[in-house]
Amino acid sequence: MKSRRKPKLAVWKFSSCDGCQLSLLDCEDELLAVAGRVDIAYFPEATRAALRGPYDISLVEGSITTPHDAERIHQVRRASKFLITIGACATAGGIQALRNFKDVKEFTSVVYASPQYIETLNKSTPIADHIRVDFELRGCPINKYQLVEVISAFLNRRKPNISPHSVCVECKQRGIVCGLVAHGPPCLGPVTHAGCGALCPSYHRGCYGCYGPKETPNTAALSGKWIELGMKDEELLWLFRSFNAFAEPFRKESETHEK
Amino acid sequence: MKSKTIKVDYLARVEGEGALTVRVRDSRVAEVKFRIFEPPRFFEAFLRGRPYSEAPDITARICGICPIAYQMSSVHAMENAFGVKIDGQIRALRRLIYCGEWIESHALHIYLLHAPDFLGYQDAIQMAKDYGEIVQRGLQLKKVGNDLMTLLGGREIHPINIRVGGFYRVPTKRDFALLVDRLKWARDAALDTVRWVSRFAFPEFEYDYEFVALRHSDEYPFNEGRLVSNKGLDIATNEYENCFVEEQVSHSNALHSVLKERGPYLVGPLARFNLNFDKLSPVAQQATRDGGLTQSCTNPFKSIIVRAVETVYACDEALRIIDQYERPEQPSVAVQPRASLGYGCTEAPRGILYHRYRLDDRGIILEAKIVPPTSQNQKIIESDLLQFVSRNVNLPQDRLTWQCEQAVRNYDPCISCATHFLKLEIDRA
Repeated sequence: MKSRRKPKLAVWKFSSCDGCQLSLLDCEDELLAVAGRVDIAYFPEATRAALRGPYDISLVEGSITTPHDAERIHQVRRASKFLITIGACATAGGIQALRNFKDVKEFTSVVYASPQYIETLNKSTPIADHIRVDFELRGCPINKYQLVEVISAFLNRRKPNISPHSVCVECKQRGIVCGLVAHGPPCLGPVTHAGCGALCPSYHRGCYGCYGPKETPNTAALSGKWIELGMKDEELLWLFRSFNAFAEPFRKESETHEK
Repeated sequence: MKSKTIKVDYLARVEGEGALTVRVRDSRVAEVKFRIFEPPRFFEAFLRGRPYSEAPDITARICGICPIAYQMSSVHAMENAFGVKIDGQIRALRRLIYCGEWIESHALHIYLLHAPDFLGYQDAIQMAKDYGEIVQRGLQLKKVGNDLMTLLGGREIHPINIRVGGFYRVPTKRDFALLVDRLKWARDAALDTVRWVSRFAFPEFEYDYEFVALRHSDEYPFNEGRLVSNKGLDIATNEYENCFVEEQVSHSNALHSVLKERGPYLVGPLARFNLNFDKLSPVAQQATRDGGLTQSCTNPFKSIIVRAVETVYACDEALRIIDQYERPEQPSVAVQPRASLGYGCTEAPRGILYHRYRLDDRGIILEAKIVPPTSQNQKIIESDLLQFVSRNVNLPQDRLTWQCEQAVRNYDPCISCATHFLKLEIDRA
């Protein structure tokens, strides 16, 4: 940044599990260095202090699920030069978007005896459905090294080095035997956004899609292959309808397996 | 001034969104409201119709700070439902990954969230300007916990290696080689932590709590045991709902849990410690004495010492488990679904986490009930604040507000968990 003033970083929470903002505190080796480069101006999970905006970089965690939050996100956008959404809740609506396929009133009455006290929207939606977003970092949870890369890129006014290819490419890079070819466990690797380092396949389980859809995913071809290998529609529905259920390619694919 | 309002709109250094309002009239506390405005996420509703095998991955997403707790309570509930008992090395590895979560979560709370209150800093980053080496020690201690979770779970947040019946892949003995020296360092760092936090100034505050925790015949509790209290409770975990009820209150999105006909109770490190001191390892018991505590502690502000003692224990226990580890032939035990009810209750870093599932013959979830530790502590937090403000009503507003926040942070509340749950407001009119 041009001036000698340290850039201001803010961290905002909407509906979420806190895991993605925890990723910043989980950068044990980098945290104090990051704090040396920026003023942590607003980050309630970590500090009582709150500096006024505008903020140079805002990290937004969580999805929009209440009328109040649908208003608040506009204030955050107005106060932020660059706004980066982090994690599956902020980029796709998160696991709580499973309500989008059901009647939310029924959901409220399952959990709460007096649903009239609960204020909630019918749908859990990603941040980009409400405002302009400068960068979306995927994952449930995000990869903390990618987070440091994205913050560093925006501080230095360059493009973040985050590949949009599939988990398959990461598997090949690591030399992991392909489960799909070896008739291993059901795997969403071919259609899932990279970033985890092919974690599940390296632990002998199929990818369950927690980084959401990759760029141009061919979900129909993958489903066809799994059906050929004996998977049922119901299982494919569950597989596509989880942590990124409301991301469009996964949503549409899951709907084709619904009775 | 006889009447005032203490108000914190967005309580900091807790996990999730909450607020606090204390109304003071004629120098007496008229009302305390600990509000959770974290939006509801309806886990218990959307688990319906999903297969049993997804419960550990889905419920982990309730909380990014203690995903292992959710994974452990859910897998134990499912195994209970299907009549499967896990023992030997797989059982030991489950204790080991829980040790990792306790180390990570306790170090986070002690160093980054709670210690700044005692030393008068807004946060740990400001504290690091004067206490650089100490904050570094805390971060490295936290990192050892995370590395243990990553080795066993694949990653520290929402681990991918836990399944009903065991693990997807189990480590070799050699995989632990690099971690052993670091865990020994961590145990020493945790002992230093006990000595460091025990020198803090603690407000005079004692209360006759009903402590509730798991108790196991021969170990400090993680995954198994009976639910006991210091006031006569002694039940199996499947009797939980006979003795505890959840109430909904209008000012909070989290349900309040109380003991039937007795009222509020306390869960978490303080409860575990008071009920299980005899099960701590000799190193952890000695650390307790070095920290100036006896086997009972009823000052919630001293929970920071107890967390440090539990961190010593978790490092010590992890070293013991690794030392005795032999790789099991199979990473998991096969399970056969059946129509049934399953119960699971384990000790999350913040206290007992109860899960109950009703399943059909294919193992599809028909009904789920989850009671996280913070919703159980909500009432006792309000009770502490009532007592604390009553005794300190003449303190200046900013000082009283900060101390109220500190009193809430004694519980390391995890609000993301409790809504399935904080903001401080002290109204002196």
